[in-house]
Amino acid sequence: MTSSLRLRAGLVSIALLAAFLGIWHLATRSAGTTTTMSPEYAKLMGLTATQGKSAMPGPLDVGAKLWEHLRRPFYDNGPNDKGLGIQLAYSIARVGTGYLLAVLVAIPLGFLIGMSPLLSKALDPFIQVLKPISPLAWMPLALYTIKDSSVSAIFVIFICSIWPMLLNTVFGVASVRKEWINVARTLEVGTVRRAFTVILPAAAPTILTGMRISIGIAWLVIVAAEMLVGGTGIGYFVWNEWNNLSITNVIIAILLIGVVGMLLDQILARFTRMVTFPE
Amino acid sequence: MSTFDNPFDPDRNLRAGCACGQHRSAAEHEQAALALRCQPAESEEKRYEGVVASAVMRAMFPQDMARRAFLKSVGASTALAALSQCFPLKTATEVFAQAGAPEKKDLKVGFIPITCATPIIMAAPMGFYSKHGLNVEVVKTAGWAVIRDKTINKEYDAAHMLAPMPIAISLGLGANAIPFAVPAIENINGQGIVLATKHKDKRDPKDWKGLKFAIPFDYSMHNYLLRYYLAEHGLDPDTDVQLRSVPPPEMVANLRADNIDGFLAPDNICQRAIYDGVGFMHLLSKEIWDGHPCCSFAASREFITTAPNSFAALTRAIVDATAYASKAENRKQIAEAIAPANYINAPVTVLEQVLTGTYADGLGGVKTDAKRVDFDPFPWQSFAVWMLTQMKRWGQIKGDVDYKAVAEQVYLATDTKKLMTEMGLSPPATAYKSFAVMGKNFDPAKPEDYLASFKIKKGA
Repeated sequence: MTSSLRLRAGLVSIALLAAFLGIWHLATRSAGTTTTMSPEYAKLMGLTATQGKSAMPGPLDVGAKLWEHLRRPFYDNGPNDKGLGIQLAYSIARVGTGYLLAVLVAIPLGFLIGMSPLLSKALDPFIQVLKPISPLAWMPLALYTIKDSSVSAIFVIFICSIWPMLLNTVFGVASVRKEWINVARTLEVGTVRRAFTVILPAAAPTILTGMRISIGIAWLVIVAAEMLVGGTGIGYFVWNEWNNLSITNVIIAILLIGVVGMLLDQILARFTRMVTFPE
Repeated sequence: MSTFDNPFDPDRNLRAGCACGQHRSAAEHEQAALALRCQPAESEEKRYEGVVASAVMRAMFPQDMARRAFLKSVGASTALAALSQCFPLKTATEVFAQAGAPEKKDLKVGFIPITCATPIIMAAPMGFYSKHGLNVEVVKTAGWAVIRDKTINKEYDAAHMLAPMPIAISLGLGANAIPFAVPAIENINGQGIVLATKHKDKRDPKDWKGLKFAIPFDYSMHNYLLRYYLAEHGLDPDTDVQLRSVPPPEMVANLRADNIDGFLAPDNICQRAIYDGVGFMHLLSKEIWDGHPCCSFAASREFITTAPNSFAALTRAIVDATAYASKAENRKQIAEAIAPANYINAPVTVLEQVLTGTYADGLGGVKTDAKRVDFDPFPWQSFAVWMLTQMKRWGQIKGDVDYKAVAEQVYLATDTKKLMTEMGLSPPATAYKSFAVMGKNFDPAKPEDYLASFKIKKGA
């Protein structure tokens, strides 16, 4: 029964994709020559103007261009023109660094706050104010004070991925069942040992959920951050192609951003499953 | 006597009214030199060779008459050959071209991907930087504010900026006041007003009330020229139309989406809108003010004082590239060099139309204007004075301005003149010239009178 459900779901997915591509293809077909123009003039004009080609590329254009990119993902033509593989690697490296820093800060801090009602109350107003700030709002400030654009991008990733992790850690730690802590206490387990053997395993699923939310946000933000600072990365690639009004390349970038985001999310989802326990 | 007239010419007039002998009076000579401005020699190497050979020739024969006798008897080419026998002309030329060794060889220069940056960009693939002993990485940058911040941060040693930007930064408008300087103007002309195709019957600006226009940046010639043009036609740019700051690629997209009615933007964006069939060229900015500056090459004072030789070498490279770009026959080659994704990232046809000046106007016609965009590096201080009058006119500067002091602090005409002279070019004698914008004369000596003469302005 489950295998037949999976099969049917797969078929529906494929049918939806085919329908989508078909409609896309039909909607972006060129409408033939629009107006008569002198050949000399037509030579100076783009296909949109001469052949009534839609400004939106069709799926075939995108497919051809995608194939071109995938065939040589790691070429390097100087500082402003690198292969998609290199651009993605830059973005992932930035996200990884910023995210790791956030993990290093958020989880111990979250633990501390979760275990101490005093700290929790004292820090709460700051967290509440800082949490809703759009990560990109930090960008000009970071550029201005850090004075280094790639460090600024990493800082923005750090600042935006820290809050969900922190709050989830606090929540996870604070809501560990009282009985378990009491049992540990009656067995005279020390604070440090209690934190590692009782609280951490109990809070792990919540903490990982926070980490999973964070990586999603980090990946959302890096594209926008790189569009702003330029230089390298997939966000810069989108900006550069937008500058060239190359919608084909923008679509390809969107597709790849989606795929990488999904992979990052899946990795953390797997970790979450590993630490989940039945109650 | 000028250093750059040919001492190997035995028929040169030695006694006429002016220094070079080609004019009747010294005043006329000055006039002609002004008109010549910076006409480059046919090849850069030849130019340096000429400068060095001239100096040696003059040193060997300090007396004009003796030199003439010698040249008459052996001929110029023999004289040159004889000269190179006893003096290593080639080595001397190389040494001369390099001048002081740069303190810092690896430099980063930021640019915005538009045709205004042509000299900055082409100097990399075409080897103008390396010729002057520099290893320059030209870095594409995401916007004017970012270029400003990255130059202030010292991520870039120098950068492509809009001509009014270094003035604005030095005055602390829209940023902390940091002294910046302009050794060279990137390009002159090279912008245009594009309107959406649906406005093709609305060619009279008087009918433009209520339209929405886009400009790339507040402190830009785009802003000042569009405002000037509108105001000359009786429209108050602050109340009668809407002006929005929009990044150039979004201008084309917004025009297609019917979100704006037109824009004043760099030429390649204008041409791109035409190429994509969404707009037409209403007029070139050249028709508002022929020879107006557009973008500049700028560096912070700090960089100039800490690495003066690097800065001089950079300026030389830019002046060299600008001289090369100013020639019509090189433009096609340049278009190909700067079109790839690494640089401007635009279709070659579009760049070619901009640089060669033979372009589709968007209304079915092909127009030709070889000076649509042009390159002339001399940083006229009167340009800076004009920009200051407009900053004041539109309320960007409040209170009194010492026009001359600011212009001279930011636009390094004296240094550039010296450098150009060393390179064998003939820079103009003064740093101020008057010019006409839409038929109205601007006298750089009387900026306040000029400012007072406008009917439409923001009350300051």
